[in-house]
Order: sequence, then structure tokens, then C-alpha cells
Amino acid sequence: MLGSFDFDVIRRSLPYLFYEGMTFTLTLTALAAFGGLVFGTAIALMRLSGYKLLGRIAGLYVDFMRSLPLVLVIFWFYFLVPYIGQWITGAPRPIKVGAFASSLITFIMFEAAYFSEIMRAGIQSISRGQPAAASALGLNYAQTMRYVVLPQAFRNMLPVLLTQTIVLFQDTSLVYVLSIPDFLGAASKVAQRDGRLVEMYLFAAVVYFTISCIASFGVRRLQSRIAIIR
Amino acid sequence: MIEISHVNKWYSPTFQVLTDCTTSVTKGEVVVVCGPSGSGKSTLIKCVNALEPFQSGEITVDGTKVHDPKTDLPKLRSRVGMVFQHFELFPHLKIIDNLCLAQTKVLGRPLDKAKTKGMQLLERVGLKEQAEKFPAQLSGGQQQRVAIARALAMDPIVMLFDEPTSALDPEMVSEVLDVMVDLAREGMTMMVVTHEMGFARKVANRVIFMDRGEIVEDAQKDDFFGKPRSDRAQKFLSKILSH
Repeated sequence: MLGSFDFDVIRRSLPYLFYEGMTFTLTLTALAAFGGLVFGTAIALMRLSGYKLLGRIAGLYVDFMRSLPLVLVIFWFYFLVPYIGQWITGAPRPIKVGAFASSLITFIMFEAAYFSEIMRAGIQSISRGQPAAASALGLNYAQTMRYVVLPQAFRNMLPVLLTQTIVLFQDTSLVYVLSIPDFLGAASKVAQRDGRLVEMYLFAAVVYFTISCIASFGVRRLQSRIAIIR
Repeated sequence: MIEISHVNKWYSPTFQVLTDCTTSVTKGEVVVVCGPSGSGKSTLIKCVNALEPFQSGEITVDGTKVHDPKTDLPKLRSRVGMVFQHFELFPHLKIIDNLCLAQTKVLGRPLDKAKTKGMQLLERVGLKEQAEKFPAQLSGGQQQRVAIARALAMDPIVMLFDEPTSALDPEMVSEVLDVMVDLAREGMTMMVVTHEMGFARKVANRVIFMDRGEIVEDAQKDDFFGKPRSDRAQKFLSKILSH
């Protein structure tokens, strides 16, 4: 039965799959994780700030993002950003935004909602004595956050942040709705061109599975190492 | 140096933690604050460097009004050293970096100068060899001595101690008290919340006794230990000195 399959199509398309597809997927994952962490930390700080209005805005944002399917956000954002850009800059025509930029912004905004909740938990896990000691030494709010609270929060939450990044790595495949050739998109293109759907999708699954598994294993090792240091 | 006058603080409209507290600490003086738990002594000392806000009254430190919204609090706090019950060293930084952080970021000292100063102070508290370790690798007594060194690195004009030995195992209390006694004898202005009456007898100039948010007794050391005027202070002393 296996005779009717042509697994050689995988070998033939490897350079395209990895140089184009996987590069795109990994770049998007890394940039979105970084941007999401920075933006998410800002949201977490807003939520934990004493200012009620700021906290409420941040809370609404998080709830809003978490109540929408990611595919929908990617899709809508791609079509809306040009018009939002036009509205902001007052340009006569919709602004041109590439698929990559659009999907990156979407992922950063979407992931920020999740990362912010992780960072919020991380910041809250630090005893109140720490910021008190920092203040007592004369550090201002920004310095206290930057040098005392956030490094500890980040370290405590690193395993969770990385696990979320693995989820993000898989979620980036959703950019197929914009017909961007990420890894899955590239595989799907080859599959349809050569009529080798089973082979290509099977291979894509194996690759995603392997990378995610290895990464999860790495996170678990890291977790046990951090536990020892503490 | 520290002037506290008519300070009131409420946690909620019905729960008053500090009631009309008035006292002062002059330059070079060592004042011990004692009293039963929940009497507001820690709260009072935290009001001095504005870690706790208060609703009415005035506190001035070296002429700077703590309660004034225009006061640059970080600047004021950088001149007031504070040592906490639970040490509060920064666990992600090495001992020497714990000592250098505020020196470089707040005072703007160059890193090499801050390190030299930090090493001098570590040597003074007997922990020079621990400079490259992390706080979790040190015992409680060692951590508290590092915390004292960290506060001293800022060249404070006054030191506040908030129950510095309460979280320590008994055998580690004396190594911390020794450092504090030396500091007192060198003429540092100190306000110390503690139950260590031995320390109070040795170096305190004055003793303040607090109960239920009020300063019940504010007396010279010998008067306080000789015969406290209030019943409550007598009872408290008999309880902690009887064993």
C-alpha cells in the first residue's frame, strides 16, 4: 500500500521547506515572542499600577484579545490595518502593509495578552519586601521594576514563558489564511502542486512534533535546574 | 535629625494603627522602640522613610518634610538606611552586586568605586569571602549583616532597623547585634525596633515603648529600665525580662 506514496517529494522540496518556510516560521515566532513579552510586561505593569483607569484599560484589552479566535484576528487585522493606518496618518489611500508585518503585529498583540498574565503572576509572586527594600535604598519606581522586580519575575516565570512560546510556534501556522509561505504553508503549496497531500502533511506534522517535543524537554530540564538554584 | 509630631495613621476608617505619635531622634542618638506585637512600632519606623503613608501629622528627616507631596522621596530614602526583618537581599544578584546596585544607579558612583566601598563594608561585617556568592547561599545572620552593609554603602545620615533579629535563629542573633553595637558606638544615629533589651541596655540613649498605636513611654534608658512610669510598660518588661 505504501507503494503508492512518493516520499521522495519531501527530499526534493526540503530546501524550499526549510530555507523559506521554517526560516519564516522561526523568525515570526522569535520576533512575536520578544515583542509579546515586552508589550505584555507593559500591560502587566499597567494592570498592577495603582491607577484604576490604566488597570481597567489593560484588563479590557486582555479580555478582548482572549475572547477572539486567533485566526479571526489575523484575518481581520490584515484587512483592517491598511485602513487604520490611513485613518491615523490621514493618507488619501489605505496604507500598504505587507503580510509579514501585519501577521507579526497581530501575533505580538495577541501574545501580549497571554504573556501579560504570565508576567503579572510572576510579579505578584515576588514578596512585597523586595520592592520595599529597593525603595528604601532610593531606587525609584522604574529602577525598582527594572533591576529588582522584573528580573526575578522573568526568571521565576521563564519555564511558563517558554512553554507559551512553543504554543506560539505552532500557532504561527495559522498565517496560512494570508497565504504566507511559512513552514506549513510551504508544505501545503508543494502538496497541492505535486498532489502529494498525505506525504507532505505527514511530514509537516512530524517536524512540528519533533521541534515542539525537543523544546518541551529543554524547558523541563531548565525548570529542574532553576529549582536547584533556588 | 528625625522629628515625628502628632502622626496618625488609619488602615481603614475604623482601624487606627498610629495615634498621635510624637517623638524625635537627635544626631548621634540611638533610640530603641519596643512594645508588644501589633503595637504599631514597625509601622511607625516605616513612616519615617515613607514606606508607609500616614494621614495626618508631620515627620521631618534632616529638615526634609516626609509628608510633603513635593519631597523627592527616592532622594530622601537614599540618605536613610533601612534594615528589614526578613533581610530582603536581592536573590538574583551576587552579594557584591547587592551592595553596588543602589550606589551606582541612585548615587551615580562609578562601578569600581562602588565595588571598593562594598568590599570595605563586607570586610567590616566580616563577610569579604562571601562577595561572589548569592544571598541564598548565606545563613540568616550573614544575610542580615550583608543587608546592614548594603544600607551603609549609601553613606546614610541615619539608620532604621525594623526588628533586625526577629527572623534569625537564636545562635545568629549576636553576630548581627555586634555589628549594630559597633555602629552605635561609632556615633551613627539609629532608630531600632527590637525586643533585644540587652542591646537596648548596652547602647541605647532612649527607649520608646509603644502599645496599641500610642507612644506610652519615651524615656532615657536608665529611667526606662529603672522604673517605667506606665503599668503597660512594666508588664511588658516583666514579661520579656523574666526569663
